[in-house]
Amino acid sequence: MKTQTAAANDQGVYLNRQAGRSGNPFKNLAYEIRQHWILFLMILPATIYLIIFMYLPMPGVYIAFVNYNVRKGIFASPFVGLQNFAFLVKNGQLWMITRNTILYNLVFLLLGNVLQIIVAVMLAEIGSRFFRKLSQSLILLPYFISFVIVGAFAYNFFNYSSGFVNTILKSLGQEPFSFYTSPGVWKYIIVAFNIWHGLGYGVIVYLAAITGIDTQIYEAAMIDGATRGQRIRLITMPLLKPTFILLIMFGLGGVLRGSFDLFYNLIGNNSVLYPQTDIIDTFVFRSLTGSGQFNFSQSAAVGLYQSVFGLILVLTVNAIVRRLDPENALF
Amino acid sequence: MKSNQTGKRHQSGSDIAMESSFYVVLTLLTLICLFPFVLMITSSFMNENEIARDGFKLIPQTWSTAAYQTLFANPRKLISSYRVTILITAIGTVLGLLIMSMAGYVLNRKDFKYRNGFSFFIYFTTLFSGGLVPTYILYVRYLGLKDSLWAMIFPGLASAWSIFLMRNFLKSIPDSLYESATIDGAGDFRIYWQIFMPLSVPALATVGLFTAIAFWNEWYNAMLYISKDTLVPLQYYLQKMINQTNIQQLLAQGVAIDTTKLPTQSIKMAVAVMATGPVILFYPFVQRYFVSGLTIGAVKG
Repeated sequence: MKTQTAAANDQGVYLNRQAGRSGNPFKNLAYEIRQHWILFLMILPATIYLIIFMYLPMPGVYIAFVNYNVRKGIFASPFVGLQNFAFLVKNGQLWMITRNTILYNLVFLLLGNVLQIIVAVMLAEIGSRFFRKLSQSLILLPYFISFVIVGAFAYNFFNYSSGFVNTILKSLGQEPFSFYTSPGVWKYIIVAFNIWHGLGYGVIVYLAAITGIDTQIYEAAMIDGATRGQRIRLITMPLLKPTFILLIMFGLGGVLRGSFDLFYNLIGNNSVLYPQTDIIDTFVFRSLTGSGQFNFSQSAAVGLYQSVFGLILVLTVNAIVRRLDPENALF
Repeated sequence: MKSNQTGKRHQSGSDIAMESSFYVVLTLLTLICLFPFVLMITSSFMNENEIARDGFKLIPQTWSTAAYQTLFANPRKLISSYRVTILITAIGTVLGLLIMSMAGYVLNRKDFKYRNGFSFFIYFTTLFSGGLVPTYILYVRYLGLKDSLWAMIFPGLASAWSIFLMRNFLKSIPDSLYESATIDGAGDFRIYWQIFMPLSVPALATVGLFTAIAFWNEWYNAMLYISKDTLVPLQYYLQKMINQTNIQQLLAQGVAIDTTKLPTQSIKMAVAVMATGPVILFYPFVQRYFVSGLTIGAVKG
């Protein structure tokens, strides 16, 4: 059996080499397709899918450089160069939504990761396996809940006439607080819900990293009389640092991509709250539905600006990671 | 966790105190994570007068099923939204799993010469996208997906992340299995379908559950492309319910409901319970697949 397999293998290698010898890439492709036509057929659905739904919209970014006319379509509309971008810069909104998007994402990223590490370390340290599994599952549950339901939770807590927080304020003899007209409080609410939603996911990633640490290190430390606190501070934390840095780095690559789901379901079309809560994604969306102040071409210009700078960020981050730690670079 | 098993013999007092404090903090944290769910459920069982007087409570004075009674007395729109959600979840998950597992299988075949090229082709979609406006125009103008069930299925059908997760899992199946099947005369598709798929049930379960959850939670594409009442999925129905003060038309059109008795507040929470319920009910049985999926996913693509 074994020799047969090896023979079949050798034959395959031989045939491949023979095909490769001709040096004509098209001939090679034709040969490969003839040889592996079923494999090509199997990857065809995914390929067609990605071409239509991911690649086809890409040339559509040209809309950002025209004055879009619905009747003429994207490519027949009059070309205006960078006029749409110039308009956005002059308008001043671009700066505000960029700042909001980046600041929110930075807080989500840093605060989120720190809390995830703390919880993962605590989970790893406790003795009861049952408690650990149960607690981990329950902390992960919010990750699978849609943001529409998160919006329902927010309504449940914060609406003026019947929200839970105001129930408590009223029962304490205080005046109810109008959350939906106070932009200042929403940055805390948004951050809290985001961390609540993503905590379990990060905890599992860090817990997996802790499980991967060599047990002997802990045993040696214990023989030397290290306390639990010392073991966490001097062994677990330093060994989690590479995972932490990696997650932060890749998070930084996505710092221009806002979580539309979260912001839209908490804020919706409440324009009073926009100054503190508007991000690039909600801004582009509103323009598309006609409730914003910009037309298709201008909002597409915002979208393209986000995509291009997002791409540059990812490439930069990856280049840095490759230099620091080639094993973990994405490409 | 490993440190613990060996450390049991000689734990100092401060070590035990620290562990106890961890239990307390973790218990509190777990309760915080669960709190919104509990509040939502108790709120849905509240009496409308009590809500109007005091607001939503964790422990109501009087319990009432009025919200559910009203909901079930006018169930047509709720049932229709359930049907749409179940339909897109079923079609999307089955179709998505088929497309992604085939792609993952091909990418894992070492004798497939172009696998690096295809990998990059798939990976690139995570780096750059046309953005919302061109995508919207494509869907509406060129593909005619406005008010179509497919507008909610296509966007979530396949993702680079899940394809790579599939491929990474298949890597752990020994190549010799493929080689011996080839010698026995099995074709490429048969090897995939009869040998590799049965062996990758855990991966299929993980990717399938993530895909299914995403379809179950679908509201975004519905908001963009769906205006027909009969095609509104569950989450989008809930979103309309939460945002609307006049919920009468969301329950039934053209049917006379006594609006003065309508439990407008508790019914919003009742719909939220109906939308969350299936996820919570299934969760205990499937959560281990989620956990394993997240750990496989942590390995790079």
